[in-house]
Amino acid sequence: MTSQPGKPLLEVAGLTRRFGGLTAVNGLDLTVGEGELVSVIGPNGAGKTTLFNLIAGLDAPDAGAVAFDGRDVSGLPAERLAALGLARTFQHGRVFGNLSVLDNVLVGAHTRLRAVRPRPRLPLLGPLAELALALVRPAPVRAEEERLRAEALEIVALFGERLTPRLDQPAHSLSYANRRRLEIARALALRPRLLLLDEPTAGMNPTETAEMLAIIRSLKGRGLTILLIEHKLDLVMQLSDRVVVMDHGARIAEGLPAAVAADPAVIEAYLGHKAVGGLAEPDGAEPDGAGQGGGNQHGERPVVARAAR
Amino acid sequence: MLPTSLGPWLDYTINGLVIGNIYALLAVGLALIFGVSHLINFAHGSVYMVGAYIGWLCVTQLALPLPVTFVVVAAGCGLLGVVIERVGLRPLREAPRIAPLLATIGLSVVMDQTAQLLFSPDPRAPPTQLPAWRIAVGGGSIGALDLLIAGVGVGSAALLYGFLRFTRLGWAVRATALDRDAARQCGVDVDKVNRTVFAIASALGGVSGLLVGMYYNTIDPNMGFQAGLKGIVAQLIGGVGNVPGAIAGSLLLGLIESYGIALFGTSYRNLFAFVALIVILVLRPNGLFARARRLPPEPLTGTFIAPSRPVVLPRWAVWGLAAAALALPLAVRQPYLLQTLGNAWLFALLALSLTLVAGTVGQVSLGHAGLLAIGAYASALLTLDAGVPVLLAVPLAGLVAATLGTALVYPAFRLRGHYVSIATLAVGEIVTLVILNWESLTRGPIGVTGIPPLAVAGTPLVSGQWVYWVPLVVLLALAAVQSRLLDSHLGRTLRAIREDDIAARSYGVELDRYKALAFAVAGFVAGIGGALMAHFYSYINHETFPAPVSMLALTMVILGGLGNVAGAVLGAAVLVGLPELFRAAAEYRMLIYGIVLLLLIRFRPQGLLGTV
Repeated sequence: MTSQPGKPLLEVAGLTRRFGGLTAVNGLDLTVGEGELVSVIGPNGAGKTTLFNLIAGLDAPDAGAVAFDGRDVSGLPAERLAALGLARTFQHGRVFGNLSVLDNVLVGAHTRLRAVRPRPRLPLLGPLAELALALVRPAPVRAEEERLRAEALEIVALFGERLTPRLDQPAHSLSYANRRRLEIARALALRPRLLLLDEPTAGMNPTETAEMLAIIRSLKGRGLTILLIEHKLDLVMQLSDRVVVMDHGARIAEGLPAAVAADPAVIEAYLGHKAVGGLAEPDGAEPDGAGQGGGNQHGERPVVARAAR
Repeated sequence: MLPTSLGPWLDYTINGLVIGNIYALLAVGLALIFGVSHLINFAHGSVYMVGAYIGWLCVTQLALPLPVTFVVVAAGCGLLGVVIERVGLRPLREAPRIAPLLATIGLSVVMDQTAQLLFSPDPRAPPTQLPAWRIAVGGGSIGALDLLIAGVGVGSAALLYGFLRFTRLGWAVRATALDRDAARQCGVDVDKVNRTVFAIASALGGVSGLLVGMYYNTIDPNMGFQAGLKGIVAQLIGGVGNVPGAIAGSLLLGLIESYGIALFGTSYRNLFAFVALIVILVLRPNGLFARARRLPPEPLTGTFIAPSRPVVLPRWAVWGLAAAALALPLAVRQPYLLQTLGNAWLFALLALSLTLVAGTVGQVSLGHAGLLAIGAYASALLTLDAGVPVLLAVPLAGLVAATLGTALVYPAFRLRGHYVSIATLAVGEIVTLVILNWESLTRGPIGVTGIPPLAVAGTPLVSGQWVYWVPLVVLLALAAVQSRLLDSHLGRTLRAIREDDIAARSYGVELDRYKALAFAVAGFVAGIGGALMAHFYSYINHETFPAPVSMLALTMVILGGLGNVAGAVLGAAVLVGLPELFRAAAEYRMLIYGIVLLLLIRFRPQGLLGTV
């Protein structure tokens, strides 16, 4: 074991989400300890991103529970979870296109604004106070903004010269790889306790991937707890303390990277299933097969298209 | 008021179903169009109006028999639909989703205004060609026209079903509705499908207009606006893009209206439709017949913020322009010019307000004139009925508009994209209808007369310079406030909501809180504008701030550049000031605005000063 996992920060139990007839996440259990880096891998369509959406509060589970730092957070909306210290990136890079790079990072620090958004949070007076403070901008508000700007510059500097020269450019002008970096910078500005990274190296070339690997490793070195979805298995093997393998919404394997890589169930999930589609039962199906996929149910036929990923 | 015997109720039911049939002809077309192009077509009501006028021309000028009239109307409107698709929508296929919607609004304005110029705004009565017999049923009766409308409704539905079910083109339409890109890859000519759908939908809409003209025995160039809205409401009740749902929703809406009139009276008629719309949007945004907890069929996101580099005015230039504007009355003494520009500054307040919600937060409000109306009535009634001094009533009116405006739009905060536009449009209509019907407070259709002018130390500020200076000073102050707010963390937070509300939520931005703040500020600014208008005009009624004012405001805001504070002022100055200065005849103005809106969306979506 590469590191001694601390007390559990994220506990997912029996999480289930159905879309009509499809069960995207099926009774999933998952624990991430403080300071741990856990990777979730699995073929496309295994339900990884749905799992992230459920954990991050963008979708509500049909069954099961999510606990964050010992507190039940099932069904809490995304904005509340962000305030608790959960930050995420998105699979396809959702940056704020018409905002500058710097403003994108500063939106990440939104939950940390204290001077403009005084506590206790009163229902009507709170927003009005925020409005008044934004208008008048007394010294504490200005100081907070200055501090956050300085911090945003530091975060951006993590990525070397990739983003720093582009601070004032709108995010839509960035390359795809730079958008992914900007997303991580924005997430770090939240000062997350748990960081969810959804395919941070998608669309990156080997050099950029190596750079990203170094950055994630340094974040981990600083003690940040990370849950990672990634398709590049060598990256997963190098970074992870533990790997969870999902297929058809369920956990099919879990353990140390090396052990998981040798697991026959995992190899099968990546290289093909005995029964194509998995939905049709072998017996009692219509004799003529009624549509595509008929007749394949009994034969061993690896799905090459899947393995090609 | 409650009829006791069954007979009148039967009549109301028949009436409701007949009206429902007419709505169905509109709603089915809207549903077809939404199905293939994911667009809520605001020009549909105008097609319906054109259908009514073609019918009137056929009957009165050409003396054609009724069946031929039907064919001519269907053909003429079908052709119009093809033109709308080609001119208004196909060029915008790659543009953000809201762009074609705005284009249909522009087309609708152009059609309505053209009809007004050609046929005069006065209503006309198409002569009836049907026999006058009625069959007694129970205690009620059914006439020949009722049967004709029912027959046309059922017949069109059957034809449409046959077309979609049994023809190759019908299959192509259904395939395109299911998955446009996949259909295209399978060789479906999507342009042809769109053209066909617009032609069919417009033909049905035109026939609907013809039937309505015959039913109420009156047609006018502005009849399309309300009817188009009703079609949209009916379609939303049934679930957007759902053709059978649209028919069911239409019949339901017809019945709701008919029974509502029976219970409360005719002037409430439209209120039921719009309240039903808001209720449906909030409770069942996917329509009555959608299964619960389904993934939203279509996110309908995409703001109209074109990536652009906004023109940044240097500080000295802003101060210089403001000083020059303030000094203008010292050099120019023509009262007419000053009054015109003063009016432009008043409208600039409305544009300032709209550019905040539509531009900065990306919630394209189509009912913004409602905020003006609330401010105007609040200030007028506070001074007249509560004895509040004018100088105090104006800021109070701003607060009233901020509170009421936010509260009215609050249920729509959870909606996105097109739905926000429809909901705000409905809210604007509801404001007008409440003003019309709440006679004990608002004096109803008579309006409010004798509103006192602004006065300082007993001196009324009514002369040319003051009519210019007061709005300008208020405008500069509020524009400065808005700029300062946008310069704070609020600016980036509100714009983040516009750019990607999901990502914004994931970073702790509570959408309701910030949308409410934006609408409150916008309501305050527009409310002040409305209040000033009331005190300058001295008379207001429920028609002082009609729906076209909302469209005008939107045109100003897009012209200046969405979210751009200086752009809002420039847009108002150009659109209110220039036509006046060039002495463009008043009846051409709305037409000009419609054309400007269309050209902007097509050729310069970022406006003159750029979106921010």
